[in-house]
Amino acid sequence: MANLKNSVIAFFGKILNAIKTFFWNVRRLFTNIKNRFGDFLDKHNINFVTRFPNWAKALLYLSPALIVLMVFTFYPIINSFALVVYQNYNMTTETVTGYTIFGNFITVLTDESFIVPASHTASSAVINTLIIVFISVPISVLLALFIAAALNTIKPLKSFFQTIYFLPYVTNTIAIGLVFAYMFRTDGGLVNQFLGLFGVNVEGLSWVESGAVYWRSMFVLIFYSIWSTLAFKIMVFLTSIQGIDKQYYQAAAIDATPRGRIFSKITVPLISPMIFYILVTSVIGAFKIYNSIVALFGVSGAPAGVDYNLQSIVMYIYQFIDGSNAGNLSVAAAGSLILFAIILVLTLVQMQASKRRVHY
Amino acid sequence: MELRLENLTKIFTNRTGIETTAVKNLDITIESGTLVGLLGPSGCGKSTTLFMIAGLEKPTSGKIFFGDDDVTKLAPEKRGIGLVFQNYALYPHMTVFNNILFPLENLDVPKDEAIKRVKEMANLVGIGELLDRKPSQLSGGQQQRVAIARALVKKPRVLLLDEPLSNLDARLRLQMREEIKRIQRETGITTIFVTHDQEEAMSISDKMVVLDFGVKQQYASPQSMYTDPGNLFVGKFLGNPPINTFEAEVKKGYLMINDKKFMKIKVPDALYDIGMRPENFRAVAEGFDVDVKDIYHIGRDTMVHFDFNGQNVRALVDSDDISSEDKVVHLSIKESRIYLFDKETGKVVNHG
Ligand SMILES: Nc1ncnc2c1ncn2[C@@H]1O[C@H](COP(=O)(O)OP(=O)(O)O)[C@@H](O)[C@H]1O
Ligand SMILES: [Mg+2]
Repeated sequence: MANLKNSVIAFFGKILNAIKTFFWNVRRLFTNIKNRFGDFLDKHNINFVTRFPNWAKALLYLSPALIVLMVFTFYPIINSFALVVYQNYNMTTETVTGYTIFGNFITVLTDESFIVPASHTASSAVINTLIIVFISVPISVLLALFIAAALNTIKPLKSFFQTIYFLPYVTNTIAIGLVFAYMFRTDGGLVNQFLGLFGVNVEGLSWVESGAVYWRSMFVLIFYSIWSTLAFKIMVFLTSIQGIDKQYYQAAAIDATPRGRIFSKITVPLISPMIFYILVTSVIGAFKIYNSIVALFGVSGAPAGVDYNLQSIVMYIYQFIDGSNAGNLSVAAAGSLILFAIILVLTLVQMQASKRRVHY
Repeated sequence: MELRLENLTKIFTNRTGIETTAVKNLDITIESGTLVGLLGPSGCGKSTTLFMIAGLEKPTSGKIFFGDDDVTKLAPEKRGIGLVFQNYALYPHMTVFNNILFPLENLDVPKDEAIKRVKEMANLVGIGELLDRKPSQLSGGQQQRVAIARALVKKPRVLLLDEPLSNLDARLRLQMREEIKRIQRETGITTIFVTHDQEEAMSISDKMVVLDFGVKQQYASPQSMYTDPGNLFVGKFLGNPPINTFEAEVKKGYLMINDKKFMKIKVPDALYDIGMRPENFRAVAEGFDVDVKDIYHIGRDTMVHFDFNGQNVRALVDSDDISSEDKVVHLSIKESRIYLFDKETGKVVNHG
């Protein structure tokens, strides 16, 4: 038996060796070819390195990414600048009735339910989006920071908790949204059952179904968007915290620094570039919120039978492309450019505000 | 304040259960106000010893006393120590001022006094003009001074320095060595200075401890350790150029070298490891004849190479006493400068 085992091991060992030798020889062959090619170039005084300027080489290396960006990012952006000046653009016939500079912007800005709430409610796409951004982003960034710092201090079960917190990241947004909707059901939902334990009257207390008031369904939406974006932030923060030199903490320990001060005076400043990065990308991400709303409330963006709407700016734009107002691409383009402008301004403000606080 | 280590031992166990004894049964008493050098080759447990005193590592066994207080189980922040790390560990996002202020912010010190103390300390270490800079805008030597100021500003009972000069260039090292010695004298603080550089330790320490594989080899003043090494390891570790070592037999009371009687010596007949420092040889007419292998003049001194019992031996003698044409030179060495070490234990047998 032992004999058999040994010979099997020896057999696989030989195969492994043969494979390694093969790749060794392949590498030798390539080196050889490369050297000969180099010799040839030298002999004929051909020198690619000096003949091509640096920018040309850079362009060559960047070209795969650039081509993809051109097709899927730059062209659409340029195109939306073109679209936004058309009046009554018809997608199928490709005809317009005229041109306008501000017309489409005015249509969007004065549209009831974009900025100004419709007469029967207090919510609009911009208001909804701003509420989500300014509540969910600060909470999720702070929460992720605290969880990452806490995760970093525990030793046992560390990888277990890391996995748990990371799970939302690898799970489908729509699927989690459905689970959330289920948890917040009026009859027999987990949340209502839980509240019932504390004597809350949950009879007809609806969150995402008909009869849910605005702030209750907004609460679920914010809760959900915090939770679904937390995983990535925790991972980024944890990785950067783990990259901090242990000696800073030893020095702080010797100087009797309380935990809170270690966190605010050492950990946070040392990972401030990462916090800033996460903050900016989260704000951008939250402004573009779409999936989560659809997952919780469907494409209408509202619980059944309510008079308000939870739609975001992106949902508002989308209805002109493939929704109730399909085909009105110029208005969609105007909406996108407005969103772009808002994000741009906010990002610039953040960059300016962070100059003093971020230590690179 | 006196600092006492009693039977201090630290054993690291890695994930696979393999044990490393970093420090073994260390007994040292450091008198109040002295600067003690902790010397040994890399990996001999110097940092571990220091970190145990600081409270950053927990001893496996043994005790640590600060004066009469047993601090073995005390958390680092309660020990009142100042520690300078090997690479300083200055907070990169804080100015020099805030770095030095940081320890005081955690203490019950009025703001005005804290600022005054930071400025005093900065002036003491000679960085008074650099308070607004960030550590990245400082040279190695300046960073080092900031680290010392940060360690001293809270008036610790003990100052611990972990190879504080190893990141500096040779010239700055000499300068900072004297600077540290001066600061220690002015503050009178009990200090432990870790280094792997024997010359550095000898020049800065009031007393020094030599460690090898976590075991104390000798604890004495630099000069007495140099003239009376307790064992072969200490003998070899101190001195530049290093001590010559070779095997030789003592037969009928005579030390035998190259099959000749070298000197009458009062130790039992046996085979010994012999140590002779190059600078302890003298070129004199009535000396022991040696055949010159190589001869190098280095200004005032001349280095002569020859064989003792098949081992290459070097003697550093006065250039005036020797000429480069000499094929044979006559050398003598005082009996008190010959060290005989036991072959088994390495302990010196004719000294101390
Ligand atoms: N955290 C640790 N885990 C395991 N082994 C360690 C640890 N720290 C130090 N050691 C081991 O202990 C020994 C002494 O280390 P150290 O005190 O850092 O030496 P020195 O400072 O004298 O160079 C070395 O063999 C080192 O590998
Ligand atoms: Mg060390």
